[in-house]
Amino acid sequence: MAFITANWNPLGEAFYRKTELYEMSWNLRDGLRDSLVAAAPYGGPIALLREPHRRSPSSRPQLEIYSASGVAIASFPWKSGPVVQLGWTVSDELLCVQEDGSVLIYDLFGSFKRHFSMGQSTKLQVLEAKVFHSPYGTGVAIVTGSSRFTLATNIDELKLRRLPEVPGLQGKPSCWVVLTQDRQTKVLLSNGPELFILDNTSCTAVCPPGLSPQAGNIVHMSVSFSYKYLALFTDTGHLWTGSSHLQEKLSEVDTKKTTTPKQMIWCRRPKSQQPSVVLMWDRLLLVAGVCSDTDPCVLVGELDGVRIVSSTNQELLQEVPLVCQDIFKIASMAPGALLLEAHREYEKSSQKADEYLREIKEQSMLGEAVRQCVEAAGHEYDTNTQKSLLRAASFGKCFLTDFSPDQFVTTCRELRVLNAVRESSVGLPLTHTQFKQMTLQVLIDRLVYRQFYPLAIEICRYLKIPDYQGVSRVLKHWASYEAIARAVCVKVGDSPGVSYSHIAAKAYECGRTELAIKLLDFEARSGEQVPLLLKMKRSQLALSKAVESGDTDLVYTVVSYLKNEMNRGDFFMTLRNQPVALSLYRQFCKLQEQDTLKDLYNQDDDHQELANYYVTASYREKRLESRLSLLQSAVDEYNKAKNEFAAKATEDEMRLLRFQRKLDDEKGAGLLGLSLQATIEALLALGLHKQAEQLYRDFKVPDKRYWWLKLKSLAEKEEWEELEKFSKSKKSPIGYLAFVEVCIKCNNKYEAKKYVSKVAPEQKVKAHLAVSDLEGAADAAIERRNESEMAAVLSRCSASDRLLIDRLNRARTTATKK
Amino acid sequence: MAAHLSYGRVNLNILREAARKELREFLDKCSGSKAIVWDEYLTGPFGLIAQYSLLKEHEVEKMFTLKSGRLPSADVKNIIFFVRPRLELMDIIAENVFSEDKLHSSREFHILFVPRRSMLCEQRLKEYFEFHTSYRFVAECYLENDQTSLYHTAKGLMTLQALYGTIPQIYGKGECARHVANMMLRMKREFAGSQNQILPVFDTLLLLDRNVDLLTPLATQLTYEGLIDEIYGINNGYVKLPPEKFAQKKQGEASKDLPTEPKKLQLNSAEELYAEIRDKNFNAVGAALSKKAKIISAAFEERHNAKTVGEIKQFVSQLPHMQAARSSLANHTSIAELIKDITTSEAFFDNLTVEQEFMTGVDTDKVNTYIEDCIAQKDPLIKILRLVCMQSVCNNGLKQKVFDYYKREILQTYGYEHILTLNNLEKGGLLKPQTSSRNNYPTIRKTLKLWMEDANEQNPNDISYVYSGYAPLSIRLTQVLARPGWRSIEEVLKMLPGPHFEERQQLPAGLHKKRQQGENRTTLVFFLGGVTYAEIAALRFLSQMEDSGMEYIIATTKLINGTTWIKSLMDRPECQTP
Repeated sequence: MAFITANWNPLGEAFYRKTELYEMSWNLRDGLRDSLVAAAPYGGPIALLREPHRRSPSSRPQLEIYSASGVAIASFPWKSGPVVQLGWTVSDELLCVQEDGSVLIYDLFGSFKRHFSMGQSTKLQVLEAKVFHSPYGTGVAIVTGSSRFTLATNIDELKLRRLPEVPGLQGKPSCWVVLTQDRQTKVLLSNGPELFILDNTSCTAVCPPGLSPQAGNIVHMSVSFSYKYLALFTDTGHLWTGSSHLQEKLSEVDTKKTTTPKQMIWCRRPKSQQPSVVLMWDRLLLVAGVCSDTDPCVLVGELDGVRIVSSTNQELLQEVPLVCQDIFKIASMAPGALLLEAHREYEKSSQKADEYLREIKEQSMLGEAVRQCVEAAGHEYDTNTQKSLLRAASFGKCFLTDFSPDQFVTTCRELRVLNAVRESSVGLPLTHTQFKQMTLQVLIDRLVYRQFYPLAIEICRYLKIPDYQGVSRVLKHWASYEAIARAVCVKVGDSPGVSYSHIAAKAYECGRTELAIKLLDFEARSGEQVPLLLKMKRSQLALSKAVESGDTDLVYTVVSYLKNEMNRGDFFMTLRNQPVALSLYRQFCKLQEQDTLKDLYNQDDDHQELANYYVTASYREKRLESRLSLLQSAVDEYNKAKNEFAAKATEDEMRLLRFQRKLDDEKGAGLLGLSLQATIEALLALGLHKQAEQLYRDFKVPDKRYWWLKLKSLAEKEEWEELEKFSKSKKSPIGYLAFVEVCIKCNNKYEAKKYVSKVAPEQKVKAHLAVSDLEGAADAAIERRNESEMAAVLSRCSASDRLLIDRLNRARTTATKK
Repeated sequence: MAAHLSYGRVNLNILREAARKELREFLDKCSGSKAIVWDEYLTGPFGLIAQYSLLKEHEVEKMFTLKSGRLPSADVKNIIFFVRPRLELMDIIAENVFSEDKLHSSREFHILFVPRRSMLCEQRLKEYFEFHTSYRFVAECYLENDQTSLYHTAKGLMTLQALYGTIPQIYGKGECARHVANMMLRMKREFAGSQNQILPVFDTLLLLDRNVDLLTPLATQLTYEGLIDEIYGINNGYVKLPPEKFAQKKQGEASKDLPTEPKKLQLNSAEELYAEIRDKNFNAVGAALSKKAKIISAAFEERHNAKTVGEIKQFVSQLPHMQAARSSLANHTSIAELIKDITTSEAFFDNLTVEQEFMTGVDTDKVNTYIEDCIAQKDPLIKILRLVCMQSVCNNGLKQKVFDYYKREILQTYGYEHILTLNNLEKGGLLKPQTSSRNNYPTIRKTLKLWMEDANEQNPNDISYVYSGYAPLSIRLTQVLARPGWRSIEEVLKMLPGPHFEERQQLPAGLHKKRQQGENRTTLVFFLGGVTYAEIAALRFLSQMEDSGMEYIIATTKLINGTTWIKSLMDRPECQTP
């Protein structure tokens, strides 16, 4: 641990450190010499074009794309014109600015996407070009052979702006940069001793404040990542730094180097008070005064430092974050440092751990100490250092009662993710600060773009990002990339929440209907499937999908669509294959279109339902003739349906109706529509016994029911003689208790008694009781030696029936004895 | 207000609150004063979630019943129609709105479709005018192979899971159950993007298709609540009773003006006494009531013992509660008297005897004399149908001769038009000719112990007490599922209609319940196609059994009894003939 500070270099108050990020996986024959190199910030990819100016057709230059760790992503021979400048857009697309002003855009995998031109003129000659980033996106600036500047602030919404002429400029300026200030994009350029700011309309000469007059001509300039600071290098070796507004000066250093540096990049971390500039000469890297030897390499300006890419390795040069300084500075007494020490001692099982802890606690700085350790861990690149810091933090946390664990947990998670993407195979050397700036969403997008789908999914799952934002989105991209249904589905599988319909819609847009249909098969949301299928005119499929969903409203939607689209026959045939849809449509018809209903049944040869339909319809008819004809149709259909019972019943009904009509006409009986039973009742009530008898025979009314019916209606009409005659007409199929009870109901005990003797023995007691003949009941019960019957009689006896009660009780005891 | 819903293990108030919230949000969307026009059918269900006071808070000033013609006048900015998605209702709304339009031009109209909007209705309305819609949830249906209600059920279960956590195990029996489970699994895939992070309240979901157990609803329920429903009908927690018995209670007043309006009572477990007796066999209710009466009068006697001011104060503070208990006791004594008049009648006894004969398998293959007599006496058709269907179910279909005989008797006595009703009953499987020679009902009865000879009505030890001997098949299935498991009755399950199945829903890691020793498992039993009060009582009885280790929560599409159930299957063409 002690050597953490070994590679720290002090510069004024601050320290700078160089961390090795990678040993580059690439194997470059000629190193980076004679190559155009472009590396994107935020650990972005590196593009390399060797010998861009070689024009012999026999050996075309090779364009190579690598990940930040030097893993080859793509490589292809450059067949177009000479390239002046390479650059990356914010969305990781490669811009190749050619000498003739055309800009070719390739994606990360080297496939050509599109091109545009920086000017109309065919004789355009680009001397120099710069790719720059601004809040508006990625821009390109060129300076042409005629010494004119042209700008495009956002290549996605191309708008070329030709800047005014610069007085006295011949050829290209000695150096220039693009500035974005006050929502304007400007060019700062130097021409010999003069410095100009060029905006849309004017060209103004400016002078950096405090630049010593003997400093000489400005030969190199650099603007910081945030466009806030500017560095100017003069031919006498003076380095001026200040605000990009040219309002104030930060410092001026004499580097004692008179050669122009190859690259000059700002190195600062956000919020640092001490920005510094990294300059690079052929064999020298200089951080505003500190220098060390280097191979030929490329500097990549980052948000919080500079990446130095050489042919063999890659380093990150950054100002040591304050919190790391606090902790690791030799003899630091910062709480974090003490906590780290305490934990170290604790691991050694030394009592010193306690001393350190006490010291922190006395200052009540434990919370701060934990915070520092956590934060510092975030800034560290080495996993061991991360671990020891986090362990120390977790150790300190134990002694705090209410300390929110959020920061600790988040940092652990994020570090896990960062360490994963920093892996050489992935090659995104992001610092924690950069990660925070770029957000997780963008990181996932970038991983997706680089086709690290499994990693992206793992990260989404690990960080518990809701599926629709995370995993599903990744899968969607994955799937759209593969673009072939089978492959898609093998990969995407059953993962929940994937919107196949979106993928399918895309496929349909591309004219691949079959593919779209296959893809839709995997869509879980039928609501999404159906509209697209209808759009693709796959109405049958849409119908079966709608049915599958169980959402009846969806089914109705398709059905009504089909109804309008198809001719009736086809429509019915389609429905026939979908029983659920059919029954829904039937219900609709039942409410709305009775006639359609009939056609439907007809089509299906559903004779039973057709017959039922006719029956229902018959009741809507007022005229008897039409009613009968409908019923006749019903009979036919019932017969076809082999429902003999219903056919017979319907025929009976027709017969009954005719009979009723005849009697109504003859006698005005008002029978039409009554049930058979009610008809007979009515006839009896009217005294039309003969007709009643006829119905009874014609319709084979069971004896029992007929006897009940006749018994009741005679009793109601109090035709007692008729009743008696009827009771003697033959043996009653309903027994004679019924006679007794019906007479009693009509309050005629006298008549009732007439039938008691005829009642079957097992009902005799009941009959006697019905006519309140307790003696008779008792006799019958005793004769039958039936205990429960005796009890029933007893319960009806009142106190006055002493003798009877005694007799019954005696009989009961003998009955039980036996 | 609805405290009784929060007592149980599963806090049902959450569901009620969610429904209320949705309603409130809907009401607030229409700013300004409002009048609600109700589809009469919906006032009941809405009463369960929102009282008038809640509506009033949201500027609802007037309420009308939906009927054709012109709307009653009301000086409000918004008119809101609460309707079911029925085409015929759309026509009425259109008529209402048109007659209105000419008078007030600045008025806004809204329609709330319950349970949800339907494309058909919207189209119908579009024929009239442009409009805006929004919707919410409830359910119904069976016969027409209309899956709409199943879809709503599945949706409802998804809502339930969103509120109470994913249910890890799903069991089911019957065609509709399979269908609902399939839809649920499908919907789960659709919503899979957002994992539910709620600790599951329910361990198991059991979906039971009414089709599996056609017998139970046909039998006369013999619990207190069941009998109230059988005789007077309980509607959304309310029952209307004949007023005579209640009038006498008012002492000292002129007893001449007997109330003619039926007495309307709310029945739920918020009433302590009702909670105690609702699930009891009716024969045990009398004893419970008299015990209660003694306790109450003893409590009132307490006042004589109250000597100190403190004691008197304490007594007085309990007074309102005691008075409420006394009036509740009076009400239920009256109801019990009303019911007793009926249950002691010979007709009731005879009917019950026949039911029990069928359920025990006595003479189910012959024409039953009692049914014959009832037809001859022209007893209500529904009663006849209940008995005939019961015989058919208990005999696994009637012999063709018996079958045709009953049908002919019914058509001749009650009219030919009932041929359609009979057809419906056949389609529903309630009434059928015997196809195979083997009657498997006895096997089912024996295996599942559907008939318990010695049902203890006073202190029950088995669910069979709810039908005084018959243990509802549906509840037996539930009971066996909990222990020893359906594998033990595989044979019987195959005899019952429809497939049986088991599904597991993966829970996100970390949501697996760590069950404490002795903690009960909770099962949600969902009856597709309705459930009777007696079945509910039986399930509650199972929950309370000490060694069951199971807590049951009941959900259903509808509360039914034999009468309402048969009624829903009846089809009566409107007779135009004069």
